[in-house]
Amino acid sequence: MTDQMLSIITFLPLVGVFFILVFIRGDEEAVARNSRYTALWTSLVTFAVSLTLWFGFERGTPEFQFVEEYNWIPSLGLTYRMGVDGISVLFVLLSTLLTPLCILASWDSVKTRVREYMVAFLALETLMVGMFCALDFMLFYVFFEGVLIPMFLIIGIWGGARRVYAAFKFFLYTLLGSVLMLLAIMAIYFQTGTMDIVTLVSNAQIPGNMQLWLWLAFFASFAVKVPMWPVHTWLPDAHVEAPTAGSVILAGVLLKMGAYGFLRFSLPIMPEASAYFTPLVFTLSIIAVIYTSLVALAQEDMKKLIAYSSVAHMGFVTIGIFTMNQQGIEGAIFQMLSHGIVSGALFLCVGVIYDRMHTREIDRYGGLVERMPAYSVIFIVFTLASVGLPGTGGFVGEFLVLVGAFQANTLVALLAASGMVLGAAYMLYLYRRVIFGRLTKEDLMTILDMNWREKAVFAPLLVIVLWMGIYPVSFLDVMSASVSNLIENYNATLAASDGVSLASLWSDK
Amino acid sequence: MDVVIVGLPLAGAIIAGLFGRTIGDRASQIVTCAFMLLAAGLSVAVFFDVAIGGNARTTELFTWINSGDFELSWALRVDTLTAVMLIVVNGVSSMVHVYSVGYMSHDKHRPRFFAYLSLFTFFMLMLVTADNFVQMFFGWEGVGLASYLLIGFWYEKPSACAAAIKAFLVNRVGDIGFALGIMGAFVLFGAVGFDQVFSAVESQKDAQFAFIGIEGHALTIICILLFVGAMGKSAQLGLHTWLPDAMEGPTPVSALIHAATMVTAGVFMLARLSPMFEYAPTALELVTYIGAGTAFFAATVGLTQTDIKRVIAYSTCSQLGYMFFALGVSAYGGAIFHLFTHAFFKALLFLGAGSVIHAMSNEQDMRNMGGIYKLIPATYGLMWIGSLALAGIWPFAGYFSKDLVLEAAYADHSAHGGFAFWLGIAAAFMTAFYSWRLLFMTFHGKPRASKEVMSHVHESPMVMMIPLIVLAVGAVFSGLLGYNYFVGDLRVEFWGEALFVLPENDTIEAAHHVPGWVPWLPFVVAVSGIGLAWLFYVAKPDLPQTFANAVRPLYLFSFNKWYFDELYDALFVRPAMALGRKLWKAGDGAIIDGFGPDGVAESTRNLAQRISALQTGYVYHYAFVMLIGVVGLVTWYFLTQAGV
Repeated sequence: MTDQMLSIITFLPLVGVFFILVFIRGDEEAVARNSRYTALWTSLVTFAVSLTLWFGFERGTPEFQFVEEYNWIPSLGLTYRMGVDGISVLFVLLSTLLTPLCILASWDSVKTRVREYMVAFLALETLMVGMFCALDFMLFYVFFEGVLIPMFLIIGIWGGARRVYAAFKFFLYTLLGSVLMLLAIMAIYFQTGTMDIVTLVSNAQIPGNMQLWLWLAFFASFAVKVPMWPVHTWLPDAHVEAPTAGSVILAGVLLKMGAYGFLRFSLPIMPEASAYFTPLVFTLSIIAVIYTSLVALAQEDMKKLIAYSSVAHMGFVTIGIFTMNQQGIEGAIFQMLSHGIVSGALFLCVGVIYDRMHTREIDRYGGLVERMPAYSVIFIVFTLASVGLPGTGGFVGEFLVLVGAFQANTLVALLAASGMVLGAAYMLYLYRRVIFGRLTKEDLMTILDMNWREKAVFAPLLVIVLWMGIYPVSFLDVMSASVSNLIENYNATLAASDGVSLASLWSDK
Repeated sequence: MDVVIVGLPLAGAIIAGLFGRTIGDRASQIVTCAFMLLAAGLSVAVFFDVAIGGNARTTELFTWINSGDFELSWALRVDTLTAVMLIVVNGVSSMVHVYSVGYMSHDKHRPRFFAYLSLFTFFMLMLVTADNFVQMFFGWEGVGLASYLLIGFWYEKPSACAAAIKAFLVNRVGDIGFALGIMGAFVLFGAVGFDQVFSAVESQKDAQFAFIGIEGHALTIICILLFVGAMGKSAQLGLHTWLPDAMEGPTPVSALIHAATMVTAGVFMLARLSPMFEYAPTALELVTYIGAGTAFFAATVGLTQTDIKRVIAYSTCSQLGYMFFALGVSAYGGAIFHLFTHAFFKALLFLGAGSVIHAMSNEQDMRNMGGIYKLIPATYGLMWIGSLALAGIWPFAGYFSKDLVLEAAYADHSAHGGFAFWLGIAAAFMTAFYSWRLLFMTFHGKPRASKEVMSHVHESPMVMMIPLIVLAVGAVFSGLLGYNYFVGDLRVEFWGEALFVLPENDTIEAAHHVPGWVPWLPFVVAVSGIGLAWLFYVAKPDLPQTFANAVRPLYLFSFNKWYFDELYDALFVRPAMALGRKLWKAGDGAIIDGFGPDGVAESTRNLAQRISALQTGYVYHYAFVMLIGVVGLVTWYFLTQAGV
């Protein structure tokens, strides 16, 4: 094993980009075909290489592993520093897993500018992986913001009818938050004199009242990314207009960036402020769970429904993170991973019938089980996983979050648990309207079941969602040491401090 | 062997479900039925080994969840309570599998049907063999899923799809309680394994605990939360509305899931958790009131229904109420005994009703039946056996278990015990009445079906009759044979450590020493109920109409099931949909987007337009603006300098 494993995984997709841009020539048909194959192979090789993290990652230690460090811009004190711990390593794998599946899912559905599409996707992979590996604040910021660009292009170029509106809404929302985060990062640098995340995480030493300001600045960025209520309205539009694979990555990985930010920065660097703002996060999260579940119930567009369900599920995640106990945080991370798989799969499910009928309107379907039995089975499995049925990945995360929440605040647990009923309501109602009923619509009479390529996309997701449900220990083991370390540090810092109050925000100027 | 028993139905479900199309209908049926019969045979062996031989054990498979202190494994715990459930579940399930071969012979989705049935059985077995709360929850939700799939089996019927979703959602409401109860137990005991929790109960019996701001006795709060889960699954008053609608599923499903096994899961849960409930007397009191209320409520509704399956469904609901008030007065053995006998005779009644429906070309309304007892005498006879057992006539099974449950309620000598006893007696009267109403309306009188239908009335094939006969044997003898073990002299060795009763709560012992009139009363009311039904539906057939007219409000109240569905629809279903639409259009659309991104974009555009409007291109406009600027600057200069 080399010492540059993380850099190799991060930049391998760019090698594919290089090949696509430099070597692929010929007529449009040939370019498209060769780009697809190059992108698929690149992403598959990247995934294969990333598996070394799964096998090589040492469980049971909170240390960062696979660490690399080089001077980047010494005059500014910037370092190229990479590494993963139990919290981030699984997200790297999630990203490298979903990318080849996305490329496979776009095989036939993307017909224009295939080369550019594949380039965008591979670049996106580099930025996502880099973001989860970065251990330098500036490097993190570059990746974190860089992700926006390919995603903006994917929605804006290959999206649906209102793609420009959606792309700009997405961009403006997330950029607004990011600017504040950049200011906060600079403030931290001037306060502590370092951009090293490892140092900051273990011992930041930021005064309490400054923490409050910094926390809010980070919150502005992360809350938009999660997205938390009420800054979630970009998500339904972005999902609806994005091509299928764009939605998969958006829901599967990009939504996790905000929650990852809370875990990586807000809790360890600003523990006092985190404790102070916990009620705010709980309130917004509970509103997200109940409000967006009700909204999902009323949707007429399949993608919009699943987009709203994502907001509700991410509400569970933010509750779990701020419970600050082992079950809550592990549950939140687990929920993020399983949501990445499940919501990705659900968007792929929508994509399957969208490719055939070119509509996402629920009323245009009905009785599909008659013509598409295999599809119905796949769809129900992921519907149930989304509902959180025990035995699927969705259950473990949701349940652990609730266990954590119950210890933190029983009212939060009770209100969040209402999501169990509402979530089942909108998902089963969706399933019923699309799959069940009599097949009467003329244009559905000849619809075809999934082909081998589509089945190949779902097969790994199906295996993982059951694996996560039946033997979740193999994932929980990876994260447990880092999570308990996080909690210990948090509690230690909090015990040492004398607390903060909102008054200190305004005084002391 | 325990692993094999649980694994066989799963294997059958996978084979029939995934490869049913490849191996064909016949092979799918043979595989699932053979696996189930084998599992049932093995369950009998396990029963003798564990319950009679006293060889209780737990097989640990592998770790499931491990997060901090929250640790648990997949495990199979088999003690007497589980062994009894194994007999019930696998016995009834195997009979229903075989029966379905005949009943579903015209359906084109048979492999799917058998896969669902076997899948249900697997989840039910995981539920009854759980050795921790979370695995029980796994089975609990899993049977809910199977129930959802089977109620909606005929997916082309909108009513079936609606009923399926309703069943799942109402159960989920209960499951919130169950889940919170598990969390409460974890917080109190620091563990979710039954053994760890049960051994710590005594030390935590006075613990206090705050739940959503209510400070109270911890065990009471936890037990009530868990009971809410049981109420959902076992269709107790308030969360019962899904059960009658569940009759949209094929009749064998109603027999297996919505009568004999799944709906009794709540009873099983409370019996399994008897070591906790014993220390939560307030929770037990609540269980008694709800159980008795359900027994009474469901019986009143059963009086007026006209769908043959719905009558039996309400009867199930009512009998579950009996089991719950038995649990509430600490007669856990009695509750399980009634569960055991009820499984046989209620499955018999449902499958018999299925046989009738089959004979009547899928007619379910009793108003369109009548006069068929000579045409299907075997079914008729079997329905009599089932009804006699349900009404509790000696020596049929229900006599032993229902009487004991009522005696235990009386022997509790408490307000709630008395409440349960008298409502139970009233319900017993109504049970006998509606059972014979069903028999008379279905089989006697003049034929009310069309000639066409009547000419097709035929006895069911052997593959359907044999399971009925097996269940009938159970309905006749299970009470007589089980009495001594479940609630009689042998009960202490029989149950071993599976059930826990505080010495001062031993109502089963007290039930054997009640005054002489107490055991007679249920019998008397049952016989008078039968007599009244005979008077109403055989001797004077126009009497029901006259009577219904005389007490019309009461009749309508019963006929419309106390208006629960209408109430819930107005309170929850429609407001949720309307609120969702409103939050979407007004909340997200008008407010958040209106003042957020769209609003900002709009005002930016406005501002830009106004600013560009200033750029007119006329020199005198610019000159005028410059002049104003100069005046302004000079003024500011003088104003600020003036003070110096």
